[in-house]
Amino acid sequence: MKIAVCVKHVPEGPAHLDPSTKRLDRSGEGALNHFDANAVEEALRLKGESDIEVVAVSLGPQKALDSLRKALAMGADRALLVSDDAAAGSDLVATSRLLAAALEREGADLVLFGQQASDADGAVLWAAVAERLGRPVVSQAMELAVDGGSVRVKRQTEFGYDTLEAPLPAVVAVSDAINEPRYPSLKGIMGAKKKPQDVLSLAGLGVDAGDVGEAGSRTTVLALGEPPARGDARKIEDDGNAAQAIVDFLAEKRLV
Amino acid sequence: MPTLVFLEHHGGELQKGSLGVLAKAASLGDAAAVIAGPGASALAGEAGRYGAAKVWACEDEQVAQAVPQPRVDVLAQVVADGGYDTVLFANSVLAADVAAGLAARLDAGLNWDLTGIEFQDGELVGKRPALQDSVYADVGWTGTPRLALFRAGSFDATPTGGGDPETTGISPAYRPYSTAVKLVGQDAEAASGPSIEDADVIVAGGRGLGAPESFTLAEELAKALGGAVGATRAVVDAGWYPYSAQIGQTGKTVSPKLYVALGVSGAIQHKVGMQSSGTIVAINKDPNAPIFEFSDLGVVGDVHEIAPKLTELVRQRKR
Amino acid sequence: MSRASNFPPPFSSADYVTEPTDPADERIEVGVLVVGAGPAGLACAIRLGQLIEQNPEVAERLGDVPVALIEKGKQPGSHLLSGAVVNPRALRRLLGERFRMEDLPSFGPVPGESVYVLTRRAALPIPPPPPMRNHGNWIFSLSQLGRFLGERAEEGGAVILPETSAQKLLVSHGRVVGVRTGDKGRGREGGELGNFEAGSDLVAKVTVLAEGTQGHLTGVAIDRFGLRGEDPQVWELGVKEVWKVAKPLDRIIHTMGWPLRAGGKYREFGGSFIYPMGKDMVTIGLVVGLDYRDASLSVHDLLQELKTHPKIRKILAGGERVQWGAKTIPSGGFHALPSRLHAPGLLLCGDGAGMVNIPRLKGVHYAIESGRLAAEAAFRALQRGATPATALSSYDDAVRGSFIWDDLYEVRNMRQVFGRGFFVGGALASAMTMSKGRVEVGKLPAEPDADQPLLVTDRDKSYPAPDGALVFDKLSSVFASGNKTRDDQPNHIRLERRVPSDVAQLWAHMCPAQVYEVGADEGDGTVRVEVAPSNCVQCGAITAKGGRLTPPEGGSGPEYSLT
Repeated sequence: MKIAVCVKHVPEGPAHLDPSTKRLDRSGEGALNHFDANAVEEALRLKGESDIEVVAVSLGPQKALDSLRKALAMGADRALLVSDDAAAGSDLVATSRLLAAALEREGADLVLFGQQASDADGAVLWAAVAERLGRPVVSQAMELAVDGGSVRVKRQTEFGYDTLEAPLPAVVAVSDAINEPRYPSLKGIMGAKKKPQDVLSLAGLGVDAGDVGEAGSRTTVLALGEPPARGDARKIEDDGNAAQAIVDFLAEKRLV
Repeated sequence: MPTLVFLEHHGGELQKGSLGVLAKAASLGDAAAVIAGPGASALAGEAGRYGAAKVWACEDEQVAQAVPQPRVDVLAQVVADGGYDTVLFANSVLAADVAAGLAARLDAGLNWDLTGIEFQDGELVGKRPALQDSVYADVGWTGTPRLALFRAGSFDATPTGGGDPETTGISPAYRPYSTAVKLVGQDAEAASGPSIEDADVIVAGGRGLGAPESFTLAEELAKALGGAVGATRAVVDAGWYPYSAQIGQTGKTVSPKLYVALGVSGAIQHKVGMQSSGTIVAINKDPNAPIFEFSDLGVVGDVHEIAPKLTELVRQRKR
Repeated sequence: MSRASNFPPPFSSADYVTEPTDPADERIEVGVLVVGAGPAGLACAIRLGQLIEQNPEVAERLGDVPVALIEKGKQPGSHLLSGAVVNPRALRRLLGERFRMEDLPSFGPVPGESVYVLTRRAALPIPPPPPMRNHGNWIFSLSQLGRFLGERAEEGGAVILPETSAQKLLVSHGRVVGVRTGDKGRGREGGELGNFEAGSDLVAKVTVLAEGTQGHLTGVAIDRFGLRGEDPQVWELGVKEVWKVAKPLDRIIHTMGWPLRAGGKYREFGGSFIYPMGKDMVTIGLVVGLDYRDASLSVHDLLQELKTHPKIRKILAGGERVQWGAKTIPSGGFHALPSRLHAPGLLLCGDGAGMVNIPRLKGVHYAIESGRLAAEAAFRALQRGATPATALSSYDDAVRGSFIWDDLYEVRNMRQVFGRGFFVGGALASAMTMSKGRVEVGKLPAEPDADQPLLVTDRDKSYPAPDGALVFDKLSSVFASGNKTRDDQPNHIRLERRVPSDVAQLWAHMCPAQVYEVGADEGDGTVRVEVAPSNCVQCGAITAKGGRLTPPEGGSGPEYSLT
């Protein structure tokens, strides 16, 4: 059995947007999106001592190898990075196309995602990738078990807990409540450098440059602006009636 | 701009968030709604009151459970049949997966986490807070259909006074993988109050409460407001409240509709975990506390005096 | 009038010395182990890579990992902070033909320089005293230089293990045989969390401690092997900010005087630096000797005050603070150097060993040179047939024969002279450098920073109020250091928690990261000290002033990238 874990290399430290491209500035240092560490952990937990192969897959600049190495140090067996300048600036449509192509190539039985990207706050990629792969998808998994040819997931929604079953191959996005990611051991970190790390370009994947990057995207950032000032911010001194003033304010905002 | 809005329903009721999006769509032009699941047709009238001129209802067995993929099939069919160029969703666990699946199916642009949408020079433009809401981006689409997912509570669900909509049943062809996920068990949420990640209201206590015992002030007010209790790092460090309630840079990031800060100074480490809250009310005796810089209502006063009165007044209103 | 040294921390360096404890087959064996990815450690790893490349037969005997380097920060550079105007000679020697200075991530050579004596409102330019002349030196972000050197070290074959703290010194039969790394995944009370990962024994033929200022194991080794120098080590605390600015600064600036007080009783020794970082950034920092006496002194807040000076406000006008950080600088100089720089199996380098020339505000090139020399000694020790003890002691000889020794000797008495009051000291110091140290003032007694009898003034009442634009509070500064340390980890700061009020105030004001707060009065003449360890940016000031910093969980602390 093979599990592919999709991981993202996100900027570390104070993030900012490049005013010219209006994209997130990814030139600085980065790290493994911490939500993805839950997905790596879950793959490793499923693997245990078995011969399941765990492949960490990422799209991004060459530096994303650092995040893949972290996954390897935690215990993943292999890493695949799809890196191509032409893919920069891909939106959901383009990113999902490229990632699906990479996953198609891997042919994993189970594809895992973390619950969101800490940089773009996105929590949508798995469903788009599953659609492109033509596979069932379950998100927000807080418990995950693989049983023969199917996967059983307990998930939390706004209305309670659902238990769902899907046949493999399937795509699952795990919540950060599913586990506590392990720290890579020193042996793991040292061993990571020797594990296979493949880097593929668009050509290597057989994806056309026009289908990814800005050309392949269907959304665009038009302008960047300041957040709106908090509307009619009020400050009052308590004259003994502050509690009433607060209730009136909440009532006006229909919050009580 | 013929717009389609995905309406989510649960327990026989349409969700407020999606009705808010529908009302917004109706204010921009012709709006239709799609409702998929048991009892969908019966809810069409309600959708009409929030501005849907037309409702597509699907009651197929394939959409009986709250799973996304068969709904992608439904929406893809409705978009094709109805010729919609815009499809809007109110964020939820289900809606996000449906929207993303549809984006891939139709190769359609999806902008998510939007808090607003409007026409600028005839073009549809979404408002997208980014980087912990420190930047507001204007986002657009380079083709149709345009897909948008709105942050919870972006729009008020105000009835628009529309009449009964035209209702059309829909039953698309379902793809095999779309119907592969089966619901095998369900638990309603435990009744122990919302967690801070999910709560619409959070009452947070900081060091200004003075002593661990005073956290009851926060707990009582949270109970009255139907919310959860949060804490600053300082009080968690001091052992007044558990780490699981910590909000901020090294704790949880929350964005409730209402955030009440009791004796919270508003250090940047706390701010980054709650600044995207809808409405922020702060009570602090220090008039120079940074929290007042990003509160909608700031009250300079003694939290020990004000909080109990506030709790009582809120309780009276609820009676 | 208390002295912080009367309230020593609950800390015994003997607790941090151990035999290897992992079973033999679980130990990680490396050739040379370098502790600390700063300029010294990285230079050592780079030089070792060069030597091994030239002598493949040695590499073979060193096993799978000939050179390993552990770093407690997220990556090389994360915990590096300096001015930094760097004398390029050691970098040139280290990198030789492979890189020109222009290939390094610098902000170019020093374009010009000014020195001012400040008063509250005025700035009086003075000719730069000889020690402060920087023609021919280059401006760097040490953090960025660390990243660059880290990449070079890895290219040369070194295995860098970031987020890994060196917790204990492994000593077997009187010989250092490596270090034990820190545990990860412990809770606040020390219990093991679900993802607990025990530390490992990293066993090496030679261990090079290049931990930088206030090195934890360097201190342990100095105790264990009796390496204390003639004088106790003393430190200064530097706090700095990096600003994006509207218009470029065309020179480096140093200031003396305000906001420090000249009165001898205060012992406020220090000054500021303002350096351009390319066209759109400047860095501004304030350095103050930790032998100061006023418990209300806060270097963090003095830096905030400094920025309100009209001259400096103008430089920062229209700008935005993008990073903040703090670090101590060993300033004991020549007389405080360890008595030896080696012990069996062990070498000491760089700031950890106190190789800083305070009058010249320079240390980076000594760190690099000492790291390079340590690599050569370590390599000698690994040669077939070498006597390791002789090979390692050759490191001491090499340092004594290097410019490090000459430079530090030349300014050997300057630090004590400054203690007499800055202006008198300044004049004397200039005279001493011009005469290459031949002015005999006699060696003055030195005392540890924590021995200074405290006084309490209301200096803190006049610090400017934070406005979030020019003047910041400490917590905002901690945020700007990139620090997002996990809160529920054990306290890594050893400190007497019940002390007289003036000692508690000293710590609370001193710490630039708001780790300490004066807590409840205990009613017996002492107060409680509240500690928020996750704010800590590991500057080391607490160790100078009566506490003891030990390494927290690897990966904690600031994440500097521009400092």
